[in-house]
Amino acid sequence: MNNGKVRVPLLHISRRAALPWYKAWGIRAAAIVLALVVCGLITTLLTGEDPIALYLSMLDGAFGTSRRAWVLMQNVAILLCVSLAVTPAFKMRFWNIGGEGQVLVGCLATAACMITLDNVLPNWLLIIVMLAASLIAGGLWGLIPAFFKARWNTNETLFTLMMNYVAIQLVAFFIIIWESPAGSGKVGIINQQSQMGWLPQVGPNRYMLNILTVALLTVAMYVYLKYSKHGYEIAVVGESERTARYVGIKVERVIMRTMIISGALCGIAGFLLVAGTDHTITTTISDNRGFTAVMVSWLAKFSPVFMVFTSFLIEFLGRGASEIATDFGLNEAFGDILTGVILFFIIGCEFFITYKLHFRGFKTRGAAENV
Amino acid sequence: MKKVFALLLALAMVFALAACGEEPADVSEEPAPTESGEESAESSEAPEEPSAEGGIAKEELKVGFIFLHDENSTYDLNFINAAKAAIEELGLTEDQYEFRMNVPEGQECYDAAAELADDGCNFIFADSFGHEDYMIQAAMEFPEVEFAHATGTRAHTEGLANYHNAFASIYEGRYLAGIVAGLKLNEMIENGEITEDEAKMGYVGAYTYAEVLSGYTSFYLGAKSVCPSVTMDVTFTGSWFDETAEREAANSLIAGGCVLISQHADSMGAPSACEDAGVPNVSYNGSTAAQCPETYLVSSRIDWTPYFVYAINCVINGEEIVADWTGTLETGSVVLTELGANVAEGTQEALEEAEAALLDGSVHVFDTSTFTVEGAAVESFMADVNTDENSEGDTEVVSDGYFHESEYRSAPYFTLQIDGITLLDTAF
Repeated sequence: MNNGKVRVPLLHISRRAALPWYKAWGIRAAAIVLALVVCGLITTLLTGEDPIALYLSMLDGAFGTSRRAWVLMQNVAILLCVSLAVTPAFKMRFWNIGGEGQVLVGCLATAACMITLDNVLPNWLLIIVMLAASLIAGGLWGLIPAFFKARWNTNETLFTLMMNYVAIQLVAFFIIIWESPAGSGKVGIINQQSQMGWLPQVGPNRYMLNILTVALLTVAMYVYLKYSKHGYEIAVVGESERTARYVGIKVERVIMRTMIISGALCGIAGFLLVAGTDHTITTTISDNRGFTAVMVSWLAKFSPVFMVFTSFLIEFLGRGASEIATDFGLNEAFGDILTGVILFFIIGCEFFITYKLHFRGFKTRGAAENV
Repeated sequence: MKKVFALLLALAMVFALAACGEEPADVSEEPAPTESGEESAESSEAPEEPSAEGGIAKEELKVGFIFLHDENSTYDLNFINAAKAAIEELGLTEDQYEFRMNVPEGQECYDAAAELADDGCNFIFADSFGHEDYMIQAAMEFPEVEFAHATGTRAHTEGLANYHNAFASIYEGRYLAGIVAGLKLNEMIENGEITEDEAKMGYVGAYTYAEVLSGYTSFYLGAKSVCPSVTMDVTFTGSWFDETAEREAANSLIAGGCVLISQHADSMGAPSACEDAGVPNVSYNGSTAAQCPETYLVSSRIDWTPYFVYAINCVINGEEIVADWTGTLETGSVVLTELGANVAEGTQEALEEAEAALLDGSVHVFDTSTFTVEGAAVESFMADVNTDENSEGDTEVVSDGYFHESEYRSAPYFTLQIDGITLLDTAF
């Protein structure tokens, strides 16, 4: 070995040429398997529980009963809806982390209509008004930072983040106005007796309508991004603003239009949450989906199709982890640890898809074989 | 081509998922395939009023509990301990109960309750005020399961046979804890640490809600019964559990001249702020003596074990659980924890005397001769006993010279703002 050959570092990294899709997915699958093994190890070491029982409990938490499966699908649908909403902006390289606030104002607008108009309008009209209000509210919440970005080039990351807090405070303010009973700080189920403004049940389960709606939105978003002129403009602006200007795209208009769409879709998610399932308004109703959606969207490389998988994965992990915590009498934080481990592997594996590791040992062996 | 394929894949995925969800839904129409099999079959024999007759053999019983947080919250820990005690007292085995922790006050509560019902629970309990609407929703859907809810207000007006509220006359416990505080103030006055006029207490409340108002007023009246010059500042955090806000609230009360602090919020924020500042603290939900050895005086708490035992026995015997159950000193539901190391001398004797007086009815906590509102004695008050959207008063609750708290329903409805107490920031 020591005969004056070129010295090779123990480990070096090079960028891969595009990996065939089956290899990329192979790496991802391996990462998930590895993550589950590590989770099992951690659990066994820390708590002495049987890792197989752990995985079974995870599956049971997600699919154990039909109700659990429905709840899981409902959560996937809402998360997917928010993820779809933030995607056009991300594709445009507009860092919209204000999904949380846009969902919240959608919820607020829906709840406001349910509370104030329940005796004024017939039910079908009320629902249409609620939908319109949530679209407008969400769209407006998206437009404000986009307008400032387009006009004065403000930092959209900070702006959208701050808009979240404004939305939370706004909701808190209205909860105090609508609270029942006085002083309790909660609105409770709106129109529990009359069910005014509640979305009707479609099919076998009351979550069905939400799931179908989001399925349609997924297809629509796919078509919009892939085949429409708007979608193309978004992609060009995302690649290079200068190119976009050069070919005559009105960048400011695209930014504002896209953010209205983003915000309005978040508004729909809020509408589905309030009118479809929760029938109440709280400051935590969005449950951080506005932020989780960022991860869902990125993991899926902004593809609406893959987002179905990634949002499913995230929700499945969440439900499974919380079931583990319940079944084995562990603290809820333990579920979070497991979710964290799994996400670490999933996000980490993207590195191995983009880059290749070269070890010195392997290389010499490879060279020897070539000889 | 690839795009079309991907689109098809997406559609297939969506429908596959929807189909996955549908199939088990049909199964649940029949008796559930889980452990609940026997129970649901049994209850279907008497679908009309299963709770009224027969009951359930103890071996086949299953109970479920829903908690807002986990053991890290003093509030939930108190419930969890009581549930465990009741389970032990009743001799239930490990597969006869289920705990669901960290269940938020939203749709998740309904889901959790429905899942417990799916799992074959005959009795389901939720511990947090905001759970109520979702428990009612679940109670409507599962008429054969008994649902109980702590601190709620709607059972007596909802007309559901299987939905029940429970609370305790904790204002009596707060009153007794107030006496401990008042005696401590007296000791400080005698030692020359403060003057009579400086005997100001501070109180960290969660919301401007009747339960909190009733709590701090009874605490204040307890202190005032032994230390007539006492005043009190109250501040609100706008959350039942916010450690930072509670700590800051306690600190600002101390900075504002309060020499003794109590709280109605569920974290260790206020007690630990008091320990750091060396200010005596009257706690709630349970003893904080271990964490705050120097400043802990006493804590009032509700012991939920008697209610759990009562309600679960009702289910076993097929008896009806009352719509509103109010635990008292007598039922052992209202208790004080052990006294701290630094309470004033003679506290134990004073407490025994006051407790005896409360028990025999010679003293009432909200005796209208002991407090005034805007300078005048209270002769009549319409309380909002029946919860409605506008929170209007509907029931006369002052008679025989005292305010009848927790008699017309279990949850408190005392909302008077009496003289001597200053509310600092009601718009949290």
